[in-house]
Amino acid sequence: MTDPRDFVAHEAALLDERRLDDWLALFAEDGHYWVPLLGAAQADPFSHNSLAYEDRLLLQLRVDRLKNPRAHSQHPASHSQHVLQPSRIEREEGDEAWLRTPFLYVEARGENQILLSGTARHHLVRTPTGWSIREKRIDLLNAPRALPAIQLFI
Amino acid sequence: MTIYRNRPDLVAALVQDDRVHRDLYLSEELFALEQENLFANTWVFLGHASQVPEAGDFVTQDIAGRPLMMVRQPDGDVHVLYNRCAHKGTQLVTDESGNTGRFFRCPYHAWTYKLDGAPLGLPLKNGYEGTQLKACESGQGLSVVKHVKVYRDFVFVRLSDTGPSFEDYFGEVLGAIDNMVDRSPEGKLTVGGGVLRNVVHCNWKMYLENINDTVHPMSTHESATKAAEALWEGHAPTDPKPMAMEQILPFGSGYEFFDKMGGRVFANGHSVLGVNFSIHSNYAQLPEYEAAMRAAHGEARATEILQRSPQNSVFYPSLSVKGSPQAIRVIRPLAANRTLIEAWSFRAAGAPALLFERAMSYNRLVFSPMSVVAHDDVHLFESIQQGLRAGGNEWVSLHRNYDPAETQQATVTTNGTNELLMRNQFRAWAKSMAAGMEAAA
Ligand code: FES
Ligand SMILES: [Fe+2]
Repeated sequence: MTDPRDFVAHEAALLDERRLDDWLALFAEDGHYWVPLLGAAQADPFSHNSLAYEDRLLLQLRVDRLKNPRAHSQHPASHSQHVLQPSRIEREEGDEAWLRTPFLYVEARGENQILLSGTARHHLVRTPTGWSIREKRIDLLNAPRALPAIQLFI
Repeated sequence: MTIYRNRPDLVAALVQDDRVHRDLYLSEELFALEQENLFANTWVFLGHASQVPEAGDFVTQDIAGRPLMMVRQPDGDVHVLYNRCAHKGTQLVTDESGNTGRFFRCPYHAWTYKLDGAPLGLPLKNGYEGTQLKACESGQGLSVVKHVKVYRDFVFVRLSDTGPSFEDYFGEVLGAIDNMVDRSPEGKLTVGGGVLRNVVHCNWKMYLENINDTVHPMSTHESATKAAEALWEGHAPTDPKPMAMEQILPFGSGYEFFDKMGGRVFANGHSVLGVNFSIHSNYAQLPEYEAAMRAAHGEARATEILQRSPQNSVFYPSLSVKGSPQAIRVIRPLAANRTLIEAWSFRAAGAPALLFERAMSYNRLVFSPMSVVAHDDVHLFESIQQGLRAGGNEWVSLHRNYDPAETQQATVTTNGTNELLMRNQFRAWAKSMAAGMEAAA
C-alpha cells in the first residue's frame, strides 16, 4: 500500500470493522488524534479547547475502555460507517504526506443514529513497513454546536 | 392533560422528606411550570463579563425560554436586554456573540436602540405623530432585565420582580466563586478555549443530582478507571503522571474516599461537595505559582485558597463550579427530557499556563461529547429517563443517611455520600415552585 490515498481508506475501514487494536497500531509513537472545537478555523490544540486531542496513551485508554464489559454505554454497542469522498493529496515531501478527505460519518447505537460531516486531514510518515499517522485531524462542519455523545472514532 | 397548574399542593406533594415522585423528571407540564416559576424567581447564571470586553459587545442566551442578550455599555457596565424588537418582535441579533457598534438596528424596519435599550430613532417618523406609540410599550425601547448581578464578573439574572436578593439567595456558597477567582494572583478570570456543549436526553434535575452523587463513580466509571489503572500499573505512586492520568485515576478512589471528602448544604438548594478534599486535591504542586499567590494574598489567605479544592460547588439551579481545575458547568434545560450541558474553562490572570491547560484537559476528558469518562454517565441518565416510565414504583429513593433533624437547619456539614445534598435540592425546588405558583394565583 504505497499510495497514501489507499492508506486513508484502509484506516477508516479498520474503524468501521471495529478492529481498534489494528487501527491504533497505525499511529506513530508521537501520533495524535485531534478533533478541534472550532473545526477548520482552529489553529492549534493549545489556545482553544478540542472535542478530543489524544496521544497514543489516551487512545490506548479509549480502546481498552471500549473492550471492558463494564463500559455501560456500549450496551448495546455502537457501530460506525465512514462514507469518504476521494482523498486529495495536498502535499508530499520526502517521507511525509498530507491528505484531505471529506466525509460523512454515521454512528449507530440501539434506536439512534447520529450523522456528522467534515473533512479528515491526515499527516502521514513513511516507515519501513508502510505509512503511519503523525496526526489525524477531523474538522467537523458544526464542531462548536451542541452534540450528543460520540462514542467511537470519527 | 393539566394536573399541576394552579395546584401548588399537588406540586409540593411530589417532594417528600426522603423520596421524590417520578413526575418531577417526566412531566412536560412541570417543565413549563419550572420555566415560569423556578427559573424566573431564582438567580440564574447567564455568562461571564469577559465574554463582552468592549462597548457594544453582546452575547445572546436563552434563560427560562426568554431570548436575552448581555451587552457591554459605553460606561463599562454589563446590562441584560430582551432580544426582541419593540416594533414587531424581530430578534435584533441572531449571532451567538458579536459587536453591534454604538447602537442596535433592527434588520426588519430599521428601528434603532441605544446599547441600554432606549429608543433612538425610526424611519418615517412623521407617520407616528398623533399616535399612541410613545405611550405604549412599543415606544419605550427594548425590555430590560432589571435584576442583574455581576459578582466578580459572573453575571446572574433574576427575571421576576419578586424573589430573594442575590446575597440572600446564594449566601455562603459565594465563597466558591471567590475561591476560583482568587486563584488568580490578580483576582481576574477570563473565559478561554471555548465552551464544550452536550445535549443529553434526560431531565436537568437528574444531571444536577449527579453532580452531588459520590456513590456512582466506582461503578459507573469502572471501565475508564480500570483501563487507566491497567495502563498506569507498575508506576510508583510518586511518579509524575501525565495530566490525563492525574485527572482520570482519582475517579476510582473508593467509597471511603468519597465518603470522607464531606459535603455541606446551604439554604435554597446550594451545596459544596468535598469540603475536606476531593479528586482535585492531589494535582502536582507549582512552587512558583504558590509563591505568587502568597505575594498577592498573604501567607494565610493563600494557603486557605489553595487548600480548598472541592469536587463541585452547586449554585442551584444551574451552575456548578470547580475552583481547582478552573472550570464550570452550566445546566440549560431544554425540555423535560432534554438538557444542554456546557463546560467552560477559565484563564486566571497571573497564573501559569498550566492551570488553563488543566481546565481544558479536564473538560475535554470528562465533559466533551467525545469524553472518555462521561459516556457512561450520559448512558445512565438516558437509561433512568426511560426506566422511570415504568409503573409499579413511582418513587425515587433519596433515603441514604436521612435524619429528620436535617430539615430544621439551613446549613449542615455531613459525610460525602449523604443523599442530603440531593434532598436539599428538591426541598429548594418545592419551595421555589410553591412561591411562584402562589404569587401567580
Ligand atoms: S420589527 Fe424591528 S423594526 Fe420592525
Ligand atoms: Fe460521573
